[in-house]
Amino acid sequence: MSTHTNVAIIGAGPAGMMAAARLASRNHSVIVLDEQPQVGGQIWRNIMGTTTGLAGILGPDYAAGATVAGQFTASGAQHLRGATVWNLTRERQLHYLHEGQTHTLTADAVILATGAMERPFPIPGWTLPGVMGAGAAQVLLKGSGTVPATPVVIAGCGPLLYLICWQYLRANVQIAAVLDTSSGRDIFQASPALLNGLAAFKDIRKGLSMINAIKEKNIPFYRGVKNLQVRGEASVSSIAFEHQGQTHELDTNLVLLHQGVVPNTQFTWLLRATHDWSEAGACWIPKADAWGRVHEIEGIYLAGDGQGIAGAQAAVTRGELAALAVDAQLNPAQADSLESRSMPLQSRLKKDMALRPFLDAAYMPKRENRIPQDDTIVCRCEEVTAGQIRDFVRQGCMGPNQAKSFSRCGMGPCQGRMCGLTVTEVIADQLKVAHDQVGYYRIRAPLKPVTLAELASATNSEF
Amino acid sequence: MYNTDIIVIGGGIVGSSVAYGLARQNAKVLMLDEGDIAFRASRGNFGLVWVQGKGHGFSPYTRWTLQSARNWPALASELTERTGIDPYLQQPGGFVFFTSQAEMDARQQLMRDIQASVDEKYDYTFMSPGQLRKYIPAIGPKVIGACYTPMDGHANPLKLLPALQRGARQLGVDYRYNNPVEHIDYQSGNFIVTTRAGETYTAKKVVLCAGLGNKRLGQFVGLHVPVEPNQGQVMIGERCAPFLSYPTMHVRQTNEGTIQIGDSLEDVGYDDTTRLSLQQGIAQRAIDYFPALADMRIIRCWAALRIMSPDGMPIYQESTEMPGAYVVTCHSGITLAANHVFTIPDWILRGTAAQTIAPFSNQRFCNSNRDQS
Amino acid sequence: MNTVLFRTVHTDSSEASAQTVSFDFEGRQLNAPKGITVAAALMQNQVLHFRDSPVGGQPRAPYCQMGVCFECLVQIDGVQNRQSCMTTIQDGMVIRMQQGQTTFTVIQTGEEQ
Repeated sequence: MSTHTNVAIIGAGPAGMMAAARLASRNHSVIVLDEQPQVGGQIWRNIMGTTTGLAGILGPDYAAGATVAGQFTASGAQHLRGATVWNLTRERQLHYLHEGQTHTLTADAVILATGAMERPFPIPGWTLPGVMGAGAAQVLLKGSGTVPATPVVIAGCGPLLYLICWQYLRANVQIAAVLDTSSGRDIFQASPALLNGLAAFKDIRKGLSMINAIKEKNIPFYRGVKNLQVRGEASVSSIAFEHQGQTHELDTNLVLLHQGVVPNTQFTWLLRATHDWSEAGACWIPKADAWGRVHEIEGIYLAGDGQGIAGAQAAVTRGELAALAVDAQLNPAQADSLESRSMPLQSRLKKDMALRPFLDAAYMPKRENRIPQDDTIVCRCEEVTAGQIRDFVRQGCMGPNQAKSFSRCGMGPCQGRMCGLTVTEVIADQLKVAHDQVGYYRIRAPLKPVTLAELASATNSEF
Repeated sequence: MYNTDIIVIGGGIVGSSVAYGLARQNAKVLMLDEGDIAFRASRGNFGLVWVQGKGHGFSPYTRWTLQSARNWPALASELTERTGIDPYLQQPGGFVFFTSQAEMDARQQLMRDIQASVDEKYDYTFMSPGQLRKYIPAIGPKVIGACYTPMDGHANPLKLLPALQRGARQLGVDYRYNNPVEHIDYQSGNFIVTTRAGETYTAKKVVLCAGLGNKRLGQFVGLHVPVEPNQGQVMIGERCAPFLSYPTMHVRQTNEGTIQIGDSLEDVGYDDTTRLSLQQGIAQRAIDYFPALADMRIIRCWAALRIMSPDGMPIYQESTEMPGAYVVTCHSGITLAANHVFTIPDWILRGTAAQTIAPFSNQRFCNSNRDQS
Repeated sequence: MNTVLFRTVHTDSSEASAQTVSFDFEGRQLNAPKGITVAAALMQNQVLHFRDSPVGGQPRAPYCQMGVCFECLVQIDGVQNRQSCMTTIQDGMVIRMQQGQTTFTVIQTGEEQ
């Protein structure tokens, strides 16, 4: 393996695999680096190793991933498994860790297909053993068929919440209750966006059938819940909440929390790309064009949920679009026809994303679950509470970096992934200024912790 | 029109120390500061309160440093008591390690020279690996010797800055953040400071503590401030159980247990993105000193721009063209914090300690046989 | 904890990998299917307390299962603070809870000069 490639793609999920397959078929040298031992990213996790039984539980959208995975495997693109990219420069030099050694790779073009992560859900008790993300539960299910053996409470909002319920029912998992923080009113208020979504009628029907399946099993289903609190000493013992003015407490040992996913922006912040705060998504979106070209950073592209949450199908289409643009960069003769070749993909993308405005509006996570009370831990690594951050703001701290240097929030091993959004929102909320003005943590290499020995081993030579 | 006694430009360690010190003397102070992502040298600081090796060939700096280290405990307890924020000063003495005989010989000569040049106590010991291991059991076999002085120590810069800022506020300093200074005018003995937002503030005295920004601002008030950025690389490792009780020049363990590794001198201009090739060397050196650290994870790296004068020593100067304008700049803002709180303000307000401070005048850069940058 | 928290949907007779590996967790000999993550292997064995946090000694367990949260840290074969959700379980692995901060065993060479 040489130390230079035409195209480096970070992430072997839907977008990364599709972009790689397309570019390899155009005879470019392509290296896909992915942290996981298998392809699929998160949404198609373990697609190549799944069993018929498990695929049946997971549903047809998951099974469809096998097609793209097959195209990728057959494409001739190189796949570096278990490779953690911990630095990327604007000059498209990558440092990555692979089998305990740091390696350097340069590329003519880099596609960031690092997808999304679950939005943090900072409520009292969210750090207790026994609390996990619903997406985390899906990873366990997909990767190893692991499911709860004790009744589980599932709380939050968003399509993934209904999906995991539906999957769990098919796996005969006992669901103690669904605590939906969204309400019928949210759906109603979001419904004008459905006019755009008529093209996504299939998706809507699918979503409704999932919700019906939950109702049919008479699982306690509370809508519009507030004031969620997980309780317990060494681990979860119960969850409390308010519903229609009444307080409830349910005994449970397992709680799944979920309120949507957000783009993984570590690489784009590392590159000091421009980011805009999206009100509709309550998250940062890196500035990029319709092909994912990162604004004012030559040769670096985004593909997939990293451009904004839109799901697996859209990610595949975006991977194709990025591939076209990279091909045009590497083959300037192709540049003129880029627009025309992109048109069918762009209209497909429009359809893939038709339901998004509705989903974003209907399932906007509630303010109290994004901007917590003073006692709630915001930074899990350093155990910094919202109240501590507010104190520093009161003392004149105006941004996340000053908050970080005063409180240590964001200084732990997760490097701000679990607290960054919350800190920006807490500060913006308190100062009553725009999120864009508050900004985000300064992100630096290493993007994932590396040991001193791994850092010292970095080499530019052939390996 | 906003009028005050003194405007301090810059709210980092240096500016906050000076502003706090001035307010202690009952001056009315306005402190203007930049925003959340500026060069912010203060956040890149290693945290050493370091004496050994400083001022070789320039004994006033050795004495100035000794003075500050001596007065640091008073600063630490005052800040802790006043603000409730403890800067975690520890002065158990510090070590410099050698992995070659040449390194050690050079240091021995240096320390001899410095000791001879000052007429106050300047204790140090060179240790063999066997002796060293009694103090630092984790030291690796590549280290052939060390230099220890009891004068050295370290503090937590991430506590020092908020402590100074809180103390300053408590004493009435008006601290205005997100207010980069655009322009300074001088009219009939008054300084008129204009910020980027277009607001103006006036005072009879203005103190430039804006780090690299002093170069540009100095021009408005007849002050030549030849500072250039010098990149320091720092790496922070995960929290570890206590294993290193002494600060050392390149590796120290903070009061939170995190391991801090760094110190490199390299001119790279105004780019504070981290430089990985450099970090390889720093990482390897840390492993050479402490082999047990090989498997320790680095959580964060940063490069901060040190503010370096041509000879690496502070510049303290009052403008002769426009008296009342001062510049206070250095790269050892932590070590010199005590002097900046206890001594510099007196000099600004009343001209005291002029003899101690005179050697740090920018006139030393205006010799005919030196380059003017 | 007496409650059985997790199980697998794969039955012995299914197409799932019939191979199991055995490993040591805190001195207990445990088994898990080959090829799954260390985090999943521990959870299938009803382990929910993976570590104590270095700041406040709080009990912690995996949260995201995808390498983002750094809660799932354990000591694997002597190396501390490894993300168990990002590591594949191997036969013979020795796994310990990550109790707070990283620790060092410093070996004295005994050399005097």
